[in-house]
Amino acid sequence: MNLVIVGLNHRTAPIDIRERLSFQGESIEEALGRLVGQYDINECVILSTCNRVEIVGISQEIEKGIREIKRFLSEYHSIPLRDLDDHLYVHTGEDAVRHLFRVASGLDSMVMGEPQILGQVKDSYSIAVQNDTAGVIINKLFHKAFSVAKRIRTETRIGAAAVSISYAAVELAKKIFGNLTGKTVMLVGAGEMAELAAKHLLTAGVREILITNRTYERAVEMAREFRGSAVMFREFLHYIKGVDIVIASTGSPNFIIRPDDVMGVMRERKHRPMFFIDIAVPRNIDPLVNNIDNAYLFDIDDLQGVVEANLKERAREAEEADAIIDEEMDTFYRWINSLDVVPTIIALKQRLEKIRKSELEKALGQLNGLSEREIRTLDAMTSSITKKILHNPINRLKKEANNVDGDFYIEAVRKLFELEDEEALKKTRSGEE
Amino acid sequence: MSYIFFHITAAAYFVATLIYIAYLFSHRAGLVRAGRYLLYGGFGAHTVTIIGRWIEAGRTPATSLHESLTLYAWLTVALYIVLLYRYRITVLGAFVAPFAFLLLVTASLLPKEIVPLAPALESYWLPVHVILAFLGNAFFTLACIFGIMYLIQDRYLKKRRIKGLYFILPSVEILDELNYRCLTYGFPLLTLAIITGAIWSEYSLGSYWSWEARQIWSLITWFLYAALLHGRLTTGWRGRKSAMFSVVAFAVLIGSFFIIYLLFGGAHGLLR
Repeated sequence: MNLVIVGLNHRTAPIDIRERLSFQGESIEEALGRLVGQYDINECVILSTCNRVEIVGISQEIEKGIREIKRFLSEYHSIPLRDLDDHLYVHTGEDAVRHLFRVASGLDSMVMGEPQILGQVKDSYSIAVQNDTAGVIINKLFHKAFSVAKRIRTETRIGAAAVSISYAAVELAKKIFGNLTGKTVMLVGAGEMAELAAKHLLTAGVREILITNRTYERAVEMAREFRGSAVMFREFLHYIKGVDIVIASTGSPNFIIRPDDVMGVMRERKHRPMFFIDIAVPRNIDPLVNNIDNAYLFDIDDLQGVVEANLKERAREAEEADAIIDEEMDTFYRWINSLDVVPTIIALKQRLEKIRKSELEKALGQLNGLSEREIRTLDAMTSSITKKILHNPINRLKKEANNVDGDFYIEAVRKLFELEDEEALKKTRSGEE
Repeated sequence: MSYIFFHITAAAYFVATLIYIAYLFSHRAGLVRAGRYLLYGGFGAHTVTIIGRWIEAGRTPATSLHESLTLYAWLTVALYIVLLYRYRITVLGAFVAPFAFLLLVTASLLPKEIVPLAPALESYWLPVHVILAFLGNAFFTLACIFGIMYLIQDRYLKKRRIKGLYFILPSVEILDELNYRCLTYGFPLLTLAIITGAIWSEYSLGSYWSWEARQIWSLITWFLYAALLHGRLTTGWRGRKSAMFSVVAFAVLIGSFFIIYLLFGGAHGLLR
C-alpha cells in the first residue's frame, strides 16, 4: 500500500494552469469514480481550491501510482502531460503524509495559518467517503490530518494573529479593551475598509455603531445597513465622548480630529481609553493624538506594520507547528507500516504459535509419564490445528491485500488478534536484511 | 524540619521563574502551564513551611524578618492563585514567581532562629495585625505588578511595536481595572493594619501611637495610597499615571519596610 500525492499549488503553477486543472462541484464525484474505475488507484481524494489541486491516492506501487495520477490529470483535463509536468509536485510515503498534514494545518497556504483550508480538506474527504473511494488508509490519514490541524491550532498561535488590515484593527481593539461587548464604534466617513473593520468589530461584540459622513444621506443609508445611527457630520465631535473606537476614512485634506478635541473628550469620559483608527490618506487624525494618555492612534501604515509583525509571528509559530507534525508523523507512520500484509501474516502465525506452545506445555505438565512418541503426537496435532485454522484467513489476506478493501482486512486481523505493531515492524526489518 | 520545605518551596519558585522566562520569549502555552503547576506545588510546600514554623514557634511566624518575608511571599502567591482563578491572566505567574523567589532568597540569607517574643507583645493582636498588614502588602504587590504590566503594554501600543510581550499581555483596560481592584482591597487592609497595630501597642506598651519609624512610614504609605485612590475616584486618574503611582507607592512601602528592619532589627525596632 503506497500513498502518493500529485498536485500543484500557487507556488508551482500560475493561475491559468490552476484554473484549467481545477475540479468544480459535481465533477469531483465523477472524477473520483474514474480514478478508481479506469486507473490503477485503490483509494483517492481530490482536493481542489483556488490555490491548489491535489490528488491523494493509494496504489500498489509508487511509480505506477504517480504515473496513473498524472495520466488521469492530463486526460481528464485534456492537457498534454508535458505542459503539465513542470508544475506538478509529487509526494510519496512519509513525505506525502507530512505534506497532507501541513496542507490541512494551513502551513502550506498562501497566507500561512489561514483556517479555511481545513474546511476545504474536510469537504474533499467527505466527498470521497460518499463516493466510496476512501478506504482504511485514506480514512485514517485524513482523520489524523484533522486532529493534527486541530492540535496545531490549539497549541500554537499560528492562526491567532490577524493578517488583514481590518482584522488587525479588531485585534488591537482587543488589546486595548479586552472585551468589546458593550463598546461603541463610530465611522467617520465611509469607505470599503472602514465598513469591513466595522463589520468585524460588530461580530466581535461591539454594541453600538454611529455613522457620520459629509453627505448625510450616505450616513443614513449605511446606518440602516449596520443597524446603527447616523450623525450629522458637523456635529460628530459632540457624540465622540461616548465612543470607544473611532474609524476615520474621509477624503478631507486636513485633520478633522485634533489633540484639543480629544483632550476635552477624555476629561468628559473620565479618561476611559479610546482607540483611533485612521485609514484615510491624507490622514484625518492629528498624529499628536497618540501622545494623549489613554488614547491610542493607529494609521494605515501602522496597521500594515501590525499585519507584517503578525505574519512574522506566524512564521515563528510555523516552526513549532512543524515540530508537532514530526511528532504525529511518527505514530501515524508506525501504523501505516504495519498494514503490510507480510508482517501481519508473520505476526499472526507467531501469535497462534505462542498460544499453542504455552497451552501444550501446560497440558504436558499435567500428563505425567507420556512417552516420547505420545508427546510428539500431541505436538503434531496441536500444530496442525493452528495451521488449519490459519489456512483460510491467510489465503484470504494474501488475496485481498491487492484490492481496495485489503487494508480493511489487515487492520481487522491486527485488531482481532491484538498484533503488536512494533513486533511486526521488527520482523519486516530483520526479514529485509 | 520545616526548613526542608522552605528549600523545596524556593526551588519550585526558582524553576517556575526559569520556565516563565522561557515562556516570555517563546510564548508556548505548554510552558505557562508548567510554570503554573510548579507555582502550585511550591505553594503547597510553602504552606507546610509556614504551618511547621507556626507549630515550632508556638505563635504567628512573623516576628523575625526571615519569618515575615516567608509569610509575605506565601500571601502573595496565595493571592495570585485566587486572581488566576478569577481572571485567567496566565502571564501573571511570570511576574509573581520571580518576586516570590526573590523574597525567599532574601529570607534565606537572614538569621533563621526562632527569636522569643518579648512577653509584653504576646497577644492575639499579633496574628490579626501581621496578617492584615501582609495581606494588604500582597494586594499592593499585585497592584504594582499590574501597574508594570500596564506600562509595558501601553508602551507597546503607543509605539506600535507589535512583538514580544504584546502578544501575551492582556489588554490595557483590564490591567488598569485589576490595578484598581487590588488597590481597593489593599487600602482598607492597610488601614485596618494600622488601627490594629495601634490597639496592640496600647494593649502591650500602653500607648496607641509613639511616632516610631514603622508607624511614621506606614502613615506615609497610607497617605500615598489614599492620594492614589482619591485621584482615581474623583479626578479620573487612569492608566499610565495611576500605574506609575502604584509602582512608586509600592517602592516606598517595600523600601521603608526593609530599611526599618535593617536599621532597627525588627518590624518596629522593638525586638532588640
